[in-house]
Amino acid sequence: MKEMLIILFSAILVDNFVLSKFLGICPFLGVSKNLKTAMGMSMAVIFVMVLATAITWPVFYLLLAPYDLGYLQTIIFILVIAALVQLIETFLKKTLPPLYQALGIYLPLITTNCAILGVAILNIDQTYGFGESMINSLGAGLGFMLALFLFSGVRSKVDHADVPRFFKGLPITLVSAALVSIAFFGFKGLIENLFS
Amino acid sequence: MAAKKTVSLGKEISKGLILENPVLRLILGTCPMLAVTTSVKNGLGMGIAATFVLLGSNLVISLLRRVIPDKVRIPAFITVIAGFVTIIQLLMESFVPALNESLGIFIPLITVNCIILARAEMFASKHAVLPSLADGLGMGAGYTASLILMGAIREIIGNGTFFDLGIPGLQAGGYIEPMLIMILPPGGFFVFGILIALANKLSEKAGKQDQPDDTICAGAISDQTACLLCGGCSFGRSGPQNQLQTDEGVRRMAKSSAAESGDESPRGGENA
Repeated sequence: MKEMLIILFSAILVDNFVLSKFLGICPFLGVSKNLKTAMGMSMAVIFVMVLATAITWPVFYLLLAPYDLGYLQTIIFILVIAALVQLIETFLKKTLPPLYQALGIYLPLITTNCAILGVAILNIDQTYGFGESMINSLGAGLGFMLALFLFSGVRSKVDHADVPRFFKGLPITLVSAALVSIAFFGFKGLIENLFS
Repeated sequence: MAAKKTVSLGKEISKGLILENPVLRLILGTCPMLAVTTSVKNGLGMGIAATFVLLGSNLVISLLRRVIPDKVRIPAFITVIAGFVTIIQLLMESFVPALNESLGIFIPLITVNCIILARAEMFASKHAVLPSLADGLGMGAGYTASLILMGAIREIIGNGTFFDLGIPGLQAGGYIEPMLIMILPPGGFFVFGILIALANKLSEKAGKQDQPDDTICAGAISDQTACLLCGGCSFGRSGPQNQLQTDEGVRRMAKSSAAESGDESPRGGENA
């Protein structure tokens, strides 16, 4: 249990996917402009991340590993994720229209979001078990959400700031992302001290 | 005729270097740009790997451009790209294991690098083999150059070295102490922001009015397909002005993507 908690918290805070692993930067910069879109996107990312792990982990250990096909990992994973996103979309639309209304528009956008493929590959690289992989994916998704949530607050302030002309838009956004990322350094020692 | 061809090939190559530099002008492939540029060596390795995949995928997709049905082209492109990524992954594992180790997960993630998919979608699927190769070479060179530039800045300031060679006066105890923060994640965001601002300033000075100004992925993406797959780049360099516009943007992207992936249902209508 303790190990699970360590994995969860380090995925959310210490090894934050966006701010310290640099995965999913495009949506981070693209949709953090306002809170509502940021939350919708994050929910969709969490949802797909956890489901993608639930599928890619068994695919790797039951299909690829026994036949020594580990090198096909990249091709298989990306195809599985692309197919999965399509399926989820169709399924939600037919069975859970309210959820589809909330997440549907974000789903096609994250097929090739590198955070999704990233978490699937990282779980295999770290030789996590199934439970640990699920927890890690959940943590990564929650970390993504936290980063987007905090950053959308920062951005709404930055937008009204008077910055040099060439820094308007993306450059100043990146510079403020650097500051948010420094703030996350504060969590570095947290895990060892919290659970020791 | 031949001369004309060479000129246009040369143009395809050179446009990727400066005018349509994939990272600094089109803002594509940001994730590896930020993550692996802690040293010049890593940047160079990543650049070469991406260029290899870009050349390979541009070649194959350009050859297959009349064979691949329009509706399944994005999955088909991704499969081709993933194939080349697997090749470079295996090559790097056996010949440069140390570099492979330090680039880590970002080698397999070349698969979802926007640059490659964007060039496949925007260029290789519409042009003959030679121009596609030239385009791949130019874009790859531009990408590699930006990675090296950013790697150099971060390595020199953050570590006092260049290509692992110590620079006198910048090491610990010299005139300027190395600033560790530059090779940590915040330094990546910071240097990238500064570089884009510089690129904006320089291109304005040079009077390039045809710069991709109103959408982040303009030029490469034309507001749909490839880059929207990477999750929201086409929200605009300055971003949507209000909530309504944001929703509209998301909806439009989702709708065009649905059309891409062969989903025939009138989903956009339902949303609207």
